[in-house]
Amino acid sequence: MDEQLKACLASFEQRFGAQVQEFRGEWTLLIAAEQIIAALQAARDEFGFEMLLDETAVDYGPEQSPRFHVIYQLYSLRDNRLLRLRTPLDGNAPHLPTAETVYPNANWKERELWDMFGIRFDGHSDLRRILMPADWQGHPLRKDYPLGYEEVQFTFNFEEIDLRKPYARE
Amino acid sequence: MGIEQKLGNMGIVTARLEDVVNWSRTNSMWPMLFGLACCAIEMMSAQAANYDMSRFGMELMRASPRQSDLMIVAGRVSRKMAPVVRQLYDQMPDPKWVIAMGDCASCGGVFNNYAIVQGVDEVVPVDVYVAGCPPRPEGLIHGIVTLHEKVRKEKLTQRS
Amino acid sequence: MTDIREVSVDELRHLVSERVLTGETMLLNMGPQHPSTHGVLRLLMELDGEIIVNCIPDIGFLHTGVEKNMEAKTYQKAEVMTDRLDYLNPIGNNLAYCLAVEKLLDLDVPPRAQTVRVLLAELQRISSHLIWLGTSALDLAAMSVFLYGMREREVILDIFEMCSGQRMMTTYVRPGGLWRDVPVEFEGAVRNFLALMPRRLDEYEALLTKNELFLERTQGIGVISAQDCLRWGLTGPVLRGSGVPFDVRKARPYSGYEQFEFDVPTQTAGDIYARYLVRVQEMRESLKIIEQAINRLPYGPVRSNNRKFVPPPRSELGVSMEALIHHFKLWTEGFSAPKGAVYAATESPRGELGVYLESDGGPKPYRVHFNTPTFANLQALPLMTRGRFVADAVGVIGSIDIVLGDADR
Repeated sequence: MDEQLKACLASFEQRFGAQVQEFRGEWTLLIAAEQIIAALQAARDEFGFEMLLDETAVDYGPEQSPRFHVIYQLYSLRDNRLLRLRTPLDGNAPHLPTAETVYPNANWKERELWDMFGIRFDGHSDLRRILMPADWQGHPLRKDYPLGYEEVQFTFNFEEIDLRKPYARE
Repeated sequence: MGIEQKLGNMGIVTARLEDVVNWSRTNSMWPMLFGLACCAIEMMSAQAANYDMSRFGMELMRASPRQSDLMIVAGRVSRKMAPVVRQLYDQMPDPKWVIAMGDCASCGGVFNNYAIVQGVDEVVPVDVYVAGCPPRPEGLIHGIVTLHEKVRKEKLTQRS
Repeated sequence: MTDIREVSVDELRHLVSERVLTGETMLLNMGPQHPSTHGVLRLLMELDGEIIVNCIPDIGFLHTGVEKNMEAKTYQKAEVMTDRLDYLNPIGNNLAYCLAVEKLLDLDVPPRAQTVRVLLAELQRISSHLIWLGTSALDLAAMSVFLYGMREREVILDIFEMCSGQRMMTTYVRPGGLWRDVPVEFEGAVRNFLALMPRRLDEYEALLTKNELFLERTQGIGVISAQDCLRWGLTGPVLRGSGVPFDVRKARPYSGYEQFEFDVPTQTAGDIYARYLVRVQEMRESLKIIEQAINRLPYGPVRSNNRKFVPPPRSELGVSMEALIHHFKLWTEGFSAPKGAVYAATESPRGELGVYLESDGGPKPYRVHFNTPTFANLQALPLMTRGRFVADAVGVIGSIDIVLGDADR
């Protein structure tokens, strides 16, 4: 770990109460939801992380608390360095301030998170579903959403499945 | 003393109307220019220099459904796309045929989940299924030849 | 499932200008079935005559649920899904996923496997760029490039088929190495391709690079500045066409890319023509990498010897009880990865393809997320097309080389 990164991580720890984690040489900062936008702002303006490569989320299941983690993958072109920020979110209808003000490309990524996980982003300019049809029910990537597996049709259950399959017959 | 002597050999062939109609339908079947996923790339290969689908009278891919006879569903059909596929099918004039190209279009393929329609035959009636993920261009061409065989046997009275 | 929802203007009011309400401008729907949208992209355009005032992309028509489906499969079985994401770059997707799994497991990859991976990934890059060249030139009404491009692509696909038995969806790269070693004819086929391709590239360039019609349709159109590229997180040839020499292969080398000599071509104009030049030059650089790789292809195993994660070779199954047990366990239960999260990235033909992989210690990935270049690049489409003609939008879509399977996942 070089000096610059050390200073950067220490600063996040001090100012935003970040927990620093390391796994396989990747640095992750765990930051509370209230602080996340300020932290992103600082990462961009003070530490040169000018690109938001990725924004995604993980669902740990309805019985867990905190249920969701939102993950920001930042990249600094200047220093050729990756940094990951994670923020825990509680409850079944979580919401988080939008990162669109800091990184404009969070727009679509947050729409995807709303679509797939049902995480609301306050102050987002265009929070519509992006991948699923607009009238879809539920948020597919949540752990309590079923995969939607369809039984495979073999000879022994052919008739049974054939009856409930809405074939488009001529 | 017939018309032949007056005008020379006109090369008249007698045939059943049904055969002539079906023959002309098979040899100028225009597919719709409509690709969904991976199979569309193989469909493009089948169009291009090496496989050359124009040998079967299919060089003309029409971008408008109103000018096409054949819909090749090339790729997986998602729940969001399914109504669009159906509308495209409804916009095609009769007679029309559908080839489900690839495993995803035939039965859902490897994607057995919430997002993919398990076989495009839930949405539109399919004439020929082509297996493979994705099928080779030869596979698609075989599907087309199979469809031609089917069309040749069609009765004119069958279609309203 | 068979009715289409009407979109009302009220829903999109925040995205369109006031003028559309008075009827001064019109809303035009383009796609999802449209010849020039390269798949199933839908664009809603607000037009003032023929000038684009606003362009609203609508994606998701190819949403496949891959990320959810992979959570229900073991690490090895889930790999099959990755091929079909970005269907012009299957080997690159396999590679990105395998790099993530290997990083998670801390698994070693033998040098021969690494070199073959690089070689095949570069062949895949050329084949992807050939499709892009053909289709985007076709959009600008140059038909013959398409036919030529597909001809050379067949040569590459023959090499893939020789190695893996499949033309496109190879699943050839596996966690810990490759499925099997390359066949004997492989080297000859690659050398044959290397001898053939430079001349063919000159042929394409003769058709397009100084073609007046092509220049008219591409120069100064779809311009995006380097600063905007960074703000919108664009990567790949779009970013390099705007003058930023960023390439994951150079910045964060993977699979032994640091041992190869190649340049990162850049242009400064940031228009369609700049992206065209970058991609054509990239094909030449890829040829350089392939040549180096085939010349120094080391001998040795192509799979890691770590039997906890990598299945033993088939020859051992008949003679070793332990190998049989490992084989059985790996293909039924799968391996358990340590708890943690990793991010691995590769340079796909379209930009940075990242895989975020999280494990809960079980045999199935807990969460897989693909950070795909098309998703990022497509977001800047409104920026590039605003104030241009509708016909130019077609060229811009071609120039960012979209693959909707990549964007929708």
